[in-house]
Amino acid sequence: MILNNLMIKCPFKNIFVKYYCVRKNNIDKINYIGLKNTIYSNILNIVEPSSTKSRPIFRVLQTFEECVETDQPIMVPNNEELIKMYKTMVLLSIMDKILYESQRQGRISFYMTNEGEEALQIGSVAGLKSDDLIYGQYRETGVLLYRGFTPEQFMDQCFGNINDKGRGRQMPVHYGSKDLNFVTLSSPLATQIPQAVGSAYSFKMLKKLRCAVVYFGEGAASEGDTHAAFNFAATLDCPIIFICRNNGYAISTPANEQYCGDGIVSHGSGYGIATIRVDGNDILAMYNAVMKSREYVLNNMKPIIIEAMTYRRGHHSTSDDSTAYRPKEEIEMWAKNNPITKFKLFLNKRKLWNDQDDIQYENIVRKELLETFTISSKKKKPDWRHMFSDVYNNQPVHLLEQMKSLEEHLKENSQHYPKDF
Amino acid sequence: MNFANNKVFSLSKKLCSCLYRYSSHFVYHPEKNGNEFGKVTEQNMYQAINSAIDIVLSKDPNSVVFGEDVGFGGVFRCTNGLRERYGKERVFNTPLCEQGIVGFGIGLAVAGTTAIAEIQFADYMYPAFDQLVNEAAKYRYRSGNLFDCGKLTIRTPCSAVGHGALYHSQSPESFYAHAPGLKIVMPRSAMKSKGLLLSCIRDPNPCIFFEPKIMYRIAVDNVPENDYELPLEKADVLVEGKDVTLIGWGTQVHVLLEVAEIALEKFSISCEVIDLVTILPWDKHTIVNSVKKTGRAIVSHEAPLTGGFGAEIAASIQEECFLHLESPIRRVTGYDTPFPHVYEPFYLPNKWKCLQAVKEVVNY
Repeated sequence: MILNNLMIKCPFKNIFVKYYCVRKNNIDKINYIGLKNTIYSNILNIVEPSSTKSRPIFRVLQTFEECVETDQPIMVPNNEELIKMYKTMVLLSIMDKILYESQRQGRISFYMTNEGEEALQIGSVAGLKSDDLIYGQYRETGVLLYRGFTPEQFMDQCFGNINDKGRGRQMPVHYGSKDLNFVTLSSPLATQIPQAVGSAYSFKMLKKLRCAVVYFGEGAASEGDTHAAFNFAATLDCPIIFICRNNGYAISTPANEQYCGDGIVSHGSGYGIATIRVDGNDILAMYNAVMKSREYVLNNMKPIIIEAMTYRRGHHSTSDDSTAYRPKEEIEMWAKNNPITKFKLFLNKRKLWNDQDDIQYENIVRKELLETFTISSKKKKPDWRHMFSDVYNNQPVHLLEQMKSLEEHLKENSQHYPKDF
Repeated sequence: MNFANNKVFSLSKKLCSCLYRYSSHFVYHPEKNGNEFGKVTEQNMYQAINSAIDIVLSKDPNSVVFGEDVGFGGVFRCTNGLRERYGKERVFNTPLCEQGIVGFGIGLAVAGTTAIAEIQFADYMYPAFDQLVNEAAKYRYRSGNLFDCGKLTIRTPCSAVGHGALYHSQSPESFYAHAPGLKIVMPRSAMKSKGLLLSCIRDPNPCIFFEPKIMYRIAVDNVPENDYELPLEKADVLVEGKDVTLIGWGTQVHVLLEVAEIALEKFSISCEVIDLVTILPWDKHTIVNSVKKTGRAIVSHEAPLTGGFGAEIAASIQEECFLHLESPIRRVTGYDTPFPHVYEPFYLPNKWKCLQAVKEVVNY
């Protein structure tokens, strides 16, 4: 009732509108802390996000041809390295198939493939130096493989056997290597991103020519930790390369339900961070983007964001059937943009690799991987006492007591526990 | 303007009772010794903490201090003067983001830098809960000791301050005590805070150092000027007694010390007062030995009762001292409510509540 009365008393139609003249020159100079050179304006403007065009995707290789014409020089690795890159991609895809199948047969508990993202991973790591410290999410197996982690080490981790450096404590795929400067993965998404910024700050302070590199998916980019990391890296001037794998999905959630802006590169300007958007299915584009980024972050002591556009061709994990939320045609369409095939055409034209080489290499690799798999699967599990170690640098009294109590328990009850320990 | 001469501010009886509300609820008991580590100076708790950080920064060039507003000296002055001495690169402000501060600190520690992070109030640590519990606490374990963040220390002001209400009064230690891999320490004095903080910073495990903020200025001790470390995971028996064991930490230790004095004076009850010092991993041995002797135990903390660390201690005493117990173990704690503003005097587990519990367990 009251509202109705008000409406009658003040009909909007009759509101008296005054127009003021605004002086044309806004020459007042005021420095707002944190703003760089801004001016006043008479124009009351709503800035629509659609007012800027979507950022283009840098690429070198066409889908079915050799090279796009570019007006800037492109770095191409030497032949030996090109072949290493290709072989690693193939090795990764075959290892993925074997481990994926082994999970389906219940031989390992869990697995995540890298299908479709081989070029993104291997192209990027090839552009780095071996002592750059890498933090990953979980779909970066190729990065570690290229750095020298052996198939046996991957499999030992997946089985959690006696040779797993992680002592069988984490789920499969949670790799790590001190020697290869690859920080052990953990499941919570995006937590690694501000951590990588901290490591980058450490390198800067110690004046080491090292940078930190952190991989994450476009879904993880929605976490608060990503915001924290971007802002810390920019305000604290850290030499870090953020590599976002934008593969279109976070489990079942398509990227258009993840963000409304122009992908992840659009964050860059908001935080004052330089960005590159690149074709993640193009290994040479990735390689060049990362090389250039590395040079940029170390020369300027500033962060950079690389958004690598790709498509997750496999299921999210072995616990997921992706056909429940995306059409088969979509997957098939992206299968045509296979980064391995694309790179092979390039090598083919340079007479570095042919189909015969392919068949030969795949046969050898498959055989070796299966042998390794059998060896890994037969190894014992670590001593159960390792359940209690490494919680702290040394074992506090209460953990020793708890370990002892399990020991006592097992003396009488060992028949109820697994034997392969 | 001289307030005393101003009629508006002349202290009426009513106003006096009002000011009483904001005064502290405990009497500070200064540390008796300190000379064992060499020359001492009189310092309050924030100065002692400042001195500890100063020592680390001067001795370890690969160490940094950071957090919200630490650059100008910190809102409690704990980092006062450090930026001038060690430069902006080693003593710096971060953006206002707790999950970022802890995540960033972990990354520094992983790369080998000694990272001393500050969270402005313990009440604001929850945004970093994930980084602390899922990451910092589990770093070494999950990597099979390939990586760790042992060089990380989180300092944070905690506990009641008289008028801090919901978000400037919390004692969240028991949330973190459920995270294997962390060390959690709360000092009771200026002298202890310096030695314990130095131990936390150098301990090869991630530590949370809770500083009871009400003591920053009140707690004045003879604090050694030198570099000294005090042991973690070790409780202090401050007063020996035979009738009942009183266990507390932080500010509450001073409440318990006063309770012990009153109990002895007025009721001839002899209390043994223990400062737990380290919440995780805690010194069960010292507590159990004491309760076996006295046969009675009271645990007291400011944090709420349910799920408070007192429950852990009481359950362990019950397991270890069952045949020695002469009365039920009592917990005198904050209530299971958020920490209130005007009701603070009623909320806190003050000396009268503790004293009542002492009488009850002795007369059980």
